[in-house]
Amino acid sequence: MSPGKDDAWLARPSTIRLLWWVFALVLVVSVLLQFVFKVKGYFGVDGWLGFGAAFGFLCCLAMVLFAKVLGWFLKRNEDYYQEPDRD
Amino acid sequence: MIDFLPPALILLFGALLIGLTRGTLRTFVVLAAPLLTLAAIWQVPDGISLSTQFLQYPIELIEGSPVRRLFATIFALMAFGGGLYAFRQAKWYELAAAYAYAAGAIGVSFAGDLITLFLFWELMALFSTVVVWCGGTPGARAAGIRYAIMHLLGGVILKVGIEGVMVHTGSIEVRPMLADTFDHWMILIGILINAAAPPVSAWLSDAYPRSSPTGSVFLSAFTTKTAVLALILLFPGEPVLIGIGLFMVMYGIIYALLENDIRRILAFSIVNQVGFMVCAIGIGSQMAINGAAAHAFAHIIYKALLFMSAGAVVYRTGKNRCSDVGGLFRTMPLTAVCGIIGALAISGFPLTSGFTTKTMISQAAADQSLVWVYFLLAAASAGVFLHAGIKFPWFVFFQRDSGLRPKDAPWNMAVAMVFFAFLCILFGVAPQLLYAYLPYPVEYEPYTASKVIFYLQLLLFSGLAFFLLLPLMKRTETISLDWDWLWRVFLLRSARWVHAALTGLGLVLGSNLARLGTRLGKRGRHYFGSRSESGRQVHGVFARAWPIGTTALWIAVLLTAYVFFYYIT
Repeated sequence: MSPGKDDAWLARPSTIRLLWWVFALVLVVSVLLQFVFKVKGYFGVDGWLGFGAAFGFLCCLAMVLFAKVLGWFLKRNEDYYQEPDRD
Repeated sequence: MIDFLPPALILLFGALLIGLTRGTLRTFVVLAAPLLTLAAIWQVPDGISLSTQFLQYPIELIEGSPVRRLFATIFALMAFGGGLYAFRQAKWYELAAAYAYAAGAIGVSFAGDLITLFLFWELMALFSTVVVWCGGTPGARAAGIRYAIMHLLGGVILKVGIEGVMVHTGSIEVRPMLADTFDHWMILIGILINAAAPPVSAWLSDAYPRSSPTGSVFLSAFTTKTAVLALILLFPGEPVLIGIGLFMVMYGIIYALLENDIRRILAFSIVNQVGFMVCAIGIGSQMAINGAAAHAFAHIIYKALLFMSAGAVVYRTGKNRCSDVGGLFRTMPLTAVCGIIGALAISGFPLTSGFTTKTMISQAAADQSLVWVYFLLAAASAGVFLHAGIKFPWFVFFQRDSGLRPKDAPWNMAVAMVFFAFLCILFGVAPQLLYAYLPYPVEYEPYTASKVIFYLQLLLFSGLAFFLLLPLMKRTETISLDWDWLWRVFLLRSARWVHAALTGLGLVLGSNLARLGTRLGKRGRHYFGSRSESGRQVHGVFARAWPIGTTALWIAVLLTAYVFFYYIT
């Protein structure tokens, strides 16, 4: 079933576009909030403007890429252990 | 004399009654036993209140303290929520086993000495194995056996440590220690096996997803968190735990990112969350121990909620893999909403219980100036949102339309989920309710502008990273190798290889030995003589008659040699 006009509200392309705009707005606001409330970091660097944003994004990027590389070595077929699995 | 029943005993009795009753009466037992247990838990005073003698050792069956009551409370609450979730769907023996398992966890919570602790520890191992087996599939049976082997092995290691402590100190009291002697190391390793620490964490992700949809809800709560309590009681401030905790945190994230099985994603995230607690126990300050205890409390609730949500999906669709489901929000809205609340709580979003507890651990790391620990925990918080906070709800309830239109969760499952979702938000909005019962006085305010903004940025931009990196996280129908590869494959292959090598060696040696035997026999007969077939004695070389002259010659040679050597030395 392809998401069309008759599909659930959340699955319509128009809604998804709207959600992206809302999400982008929330992201910007979360950084701009630092101009209103001062973020006192514990170690200096974490008080910089948008530090949490950059740190979160970069850490996730690093973790996803690391997982991807590790996956090349660790991923196996589901029947790798040759078990009477998955009823 | 005591004026209350031991809480563990009440729940154990309840487990027994579940087997003996039927119908409405059984439902009553399932729902009433944990509540009675809870009432008894709050009667337990501080200090030792029930002791006896075993051999020459004082056995302290019940010792109360704030942290012990806190853990017992959440275990009883968990048994109640799990019972409510499961009583119409689970087999009676699964419920009974789960309650006995919970009774073990509550017994450990109040164990004042190492012998009592060990007994309840093994009770948990036994009945949790039964719960795994209740998955009913051949895969569940095999995983249950591996699970049992690992836990019995852990029990033996713990026992070695306990006996060492008994012999060397004469005291079996549960008291703080450091990993400084062999005995203490054995105890620590025994506990860490139950905490799913590396390198034996695979038992968790192996067994939990194979249990029944209801069984995994119970399994998610007790074993690892009892280990966390044991670490709080026995090894607070043990520095090695910081490193182990950080490893667990990262391991859980990476493996969950690679995983396709819905409940295995959540299983890896248990390891991740327990890593936060283990790390906090390693830090060991009052703030850190408070954080570990509070986080364990909050974690049990939201992790059970996540497993309930996943369990409802598995129960309704019969599908375990992310790649088989998707778009379920259309017909399972309540399950989706509850799952999302659990996911937000585990990610530590402000206004959920995860935020008010996890940030205590970060605060403790910052207070001790552990810069690396602080930033790794912050990175891990981002990673939690990535692997559990978004990945789980996204792939199960949204993603694409799988065409599945299952009914929403049955009413009892729904009530249990709503109850736990309510608790997740309650402890997020009113953390004082939880802070009042922590082991040390709490002077901590989670809702400061700095913290809220920092975590909001961290989490929201992790969310952005998730959606931008979605192409990299395409689900593949695979499993990921873990340390258990060493014993499930490598050891097996090694054993087969050694067996084959020994068999070959045996064959070669066998044929050669036979030949050697024949030859030796021939030589033997030649020298010692034998009896011929007709019975006539045939003399060998040694039995030959020698001429006297030969003997005289040899004696002369020997004497000459003797005289010769006598003169040159």
